[in-house]
Amino acid sequence: MVTLKTFSGPQPAWCPGCGNFAILNTFKEVMVELKLEPHQFTVVSGIGQAAKLPHYTKCNTFNGLHGRALPVATGIRLANPAMPVIVTTGDGDCYGEGGNHLLAAMRRNINVKLFVHNNQIYGLTKGQPSPTSDEGTRAKNVPGGVISQPLNPMALGVALDCGFVARSFAADMEHLKEMMKEAMSHQGLALLDILQPCITFNKVNTYKWYRERVYHLEPDYDPEDRLSAFAKALEWGERIPIGVIYRNSRPAYEEHVPVLAGGSLVQQAFDPAKIEATLQDFY
Amino acid sequence: MDYSIKIGGEAGQGIQTIGEGLGRIFARSGYHVFSHQDYESRVRGGHNFYQLRFANHPLAASRQNMDILVALDRESITRHGQELTPKGRVIYDAAALDFSSDDPAFLAIPFEKLAQEQGGSKIMANTVATGAVLGMLGLDLDLLLKLIAALFHKKGDAVVEANRNAARAGYQFAREHGDGVSFEVAAAEGQQRLLIGGIEAIGLGALASGCTFYAAYPMTPSTGILNFLASKGKEYGVMVEQAEDEIAAINMALGASYAGLRAMTGTSGGGFALMAEGLSLAGMTETPIVIAMGQRPGPATGLPTRTEQGDLGFLLTAGHGEFPRVILAPGTAEQAFYLTNKAFELAEKYQIPVFLLFDTYLGDSQWTYDGLDLKQVSYHDYRLRGEAFGEQQDYKRYALTDSGISPLGVPGDAAHLVVVDSDEHDEEGHIIEDNATRNQMVEKRLFRKLPLIKGEMAPPKLYGEQEPRVVLVGWGSTYGVMKEAVDALAESEKIAMLHFSEIFPLPEMAPFDYRAFLDQVPLAVCIELNATGQFSRLLRAETGFEFKAVIHKYDGRPFTVEELIGEIHGHLKDI
Repeated sequence: MVTLKTFSGPQPAWCPGCGNFAILNTFKEVMVELKLEPHQFTVVSGIGQAAKLPHYTKCNTFNGLHGRALPVATGIRLANPAMPVIVTTGDGDCYGEGGNHLLAAMRRNINVKLFVHNNQIYGLTKGQPSPTSDEGTRAKNVPGGVISQPLNPMALGVALDCGFVARSFAADMEHLKEMMKEAMSHQGLALLDILQPCITFNKVNTYKWYRERVYHLEPDYDPEDRLSAFAKALEWGERIPIGVIYRNSRPAYEEHVPVLAGGSLVQQAFDPAKIEATLQDFY
Repeated sequence: MDYSIKIGGEAGQGIQTIGEGLGRIFARSGYHVFSHQDYESRVRGGHNFYQLRFANHPLAASRQNMDILVALDRESITRHGQELTPKGRVIYDAAALDFSSDDPAFLAIPFEKLAQEQGGSKIMANTVATGAVLGMLGLDLDLLLKLIAALFHKKGDAVVEANRNAARAGYQFAREHGDGVSFEVAAAEGQQRLLIGGIEAIGLGALASGCTFYAAYPMTPSTGILNFLASKGKEYGVMVEQAEDEIAAINMALGASYAGLRAMTGTSGGGFALMAEGLSLAGMTETPIVIAMGQRPGPATGLPTRTEQGDLGFLLTAGHGEFPRVILAPGTAEQAFYLTNKAFELAEKYQIPVFLLFDTYLGDSQWTYDGLDLKQVSYHDYRLRGEAFGEQQDYKRYALTDSGISPLGVPGDAAHLVVVDSDEHDEEGHIIEDNATRNQMVEKRLFRKLPLIKGEMAPPKLYGEQEPRVVLVGWGSTYGVMKEAVDALAESEKIAMLHFSEIFPLPEMAPFDYRAFLDQVPLAVCIELNATGQFSRLLRAETGFEFKAVIHKYDGRPFTVEELIGEIHGHLKDI
């Protein structure tokens, strides 16, 4: 019987009050509700505060390099499509260092759940701007303020026809749980951008700042209409929509791969005798 | 009898089709064959050639001079005309080249006209040329007719028949007009032989080793592995993925390996530069991976389609931090096949990255063999799977063991968790900061494994005179040309070759003390296709032996036998 205790891990090394705690707790609740045992899924992460999440719970874990979680996750999925794979990552890890992998993962529509803890700042390296930092964000290394425009992960997802594009807010745990569950059940790449206040380095985008702006998508909002989804994805600033911005029914990459038609390659027996016949092709 | 044929022309003219067809026919006839290619980094135009050699004795390299030059462009004549042997002949299409020669060595054959008359299309000029070569050599046309059927049967009987007619026309023309041709082609002394290229040998070796995952980004000279494995993917259940970049390629392979597959990636120096952090990740997480690293001349983009042994030094130290690695450098297609297998075995047994270090020359060249011995192929599944995994008590991915090798569980196969981390970690795989655990882990993954890995390395191969006055020392793809140089010089000199194909860690001295051997040879020459002598530096660092004579070549082209012999003669006077 899977309970919250099943997923209890060591005390996280995050700052007290960090938005990551709520994400971790919600993550555990979702796994319990989905009745997934720790060995039945794999969490892949890169580098950053979000990337430490699998160490603070119980699960198969591949904690790799900065920005490289998606290719590792893709490799696992292509080897063993029976293994659910979740990537826990941050705005720097996923949208910065791993940018090309994000584009490719969206194009492939690999069946990976991509949970991006987006705090609009670099936490681990102590306060530099991230790809989602708003224009003008000041930091020690950018005393004059950020000049570049922030990356809009929702608009990017809609533009690339990503199968599932959603946003949630760490402090709205009921909503976050719903979004995580929907992402888990989606068959394809599921991007869930989670607004996550960084209480130490981001003094602008605070809990209060988000609470004043975040609103749930209207009940009659249609996430399958791509053009209106794009308009919705562009909303940022005074009002920030959370919920499923866009979804489609593109089949997951794994479903197209002929080699995987028979299921997981991990369970496939190796027959060395076959090579004898192939050798004949060289005569 | 030892004949060389060169087919020269522009990219896109089909010189490879002619070369491969002839190679296959010679091998099927029972001759030994060696071929190599030389091409520019372009899809159309420029000047490329395909050079093949056949004989009744084993061949391992290309010669400098040609007996037949098939000139599909004028540049073939201006560039290679002087390579002709005294009895050699050039065949060319005077109309297509807008060129003609009264030189009796030149035989004009209207490839295109014959193709149009007999086959119906100019496209079949290559088939005419192939037939003409066989006609000049007085070989049986039947094998070509069969090959045509095999190649074109999917295009229908009409295409097969048209090509056959084109082949017959070329053959007849050469027989009728090639008077004065005095090639004395002896009957083949063998049964049909296996003809295989370096790239294919690596691909086959991977299949024979149970490789089921290959992710790569296309880059010469490794792209052929990607194509070969993709062509076998469905039959063998191999997942072949074109990654978005080399960083993704190695990380995908590591993900697949973590999941429980034998995984491989392939690239060249520039792509491998991007993989360096992934290599380090493999080292830290102790995830087995095989990396086929095809060298081409650098730095940067260098000479993209040419050859060099310039990345050994890079591979020795690539990746941040300290971790064990193995570098295997085959010298022939046969070695490439068996060493690919060894690469997979070592990678999984010791949970380390293993390099298969080759180069463009080895990748594109072809050799003939009686066969490949599958009994020499090993397959051990070193992973913990299913019930055996479930029966483990207190499974820890990085459990401290005497050998340094920890149990490699397949995630999902049992209730145990498989946790790996690029951070320094404890036995369970979780992040640590304390120095005691750090020391234990370095001890485990590096020091305990190293002597075991070193013990797996086979000694260098000594060929020729056992107590020589001169020894040629080399590694990787120079094997064949050094061997032929030894054969050629053996009559007048006590000469041998010492060839290393398992180059890092260098083999132990216990089975064969190559350091002592080198000390007692009056002249040891280290031969490398690079500018700085990367292998001689490695040998000096690891054994203290210092070469007094070296031969380095870095123009991007392989040695021909004559060229290497010339270089060796320059050193012989020093003894």
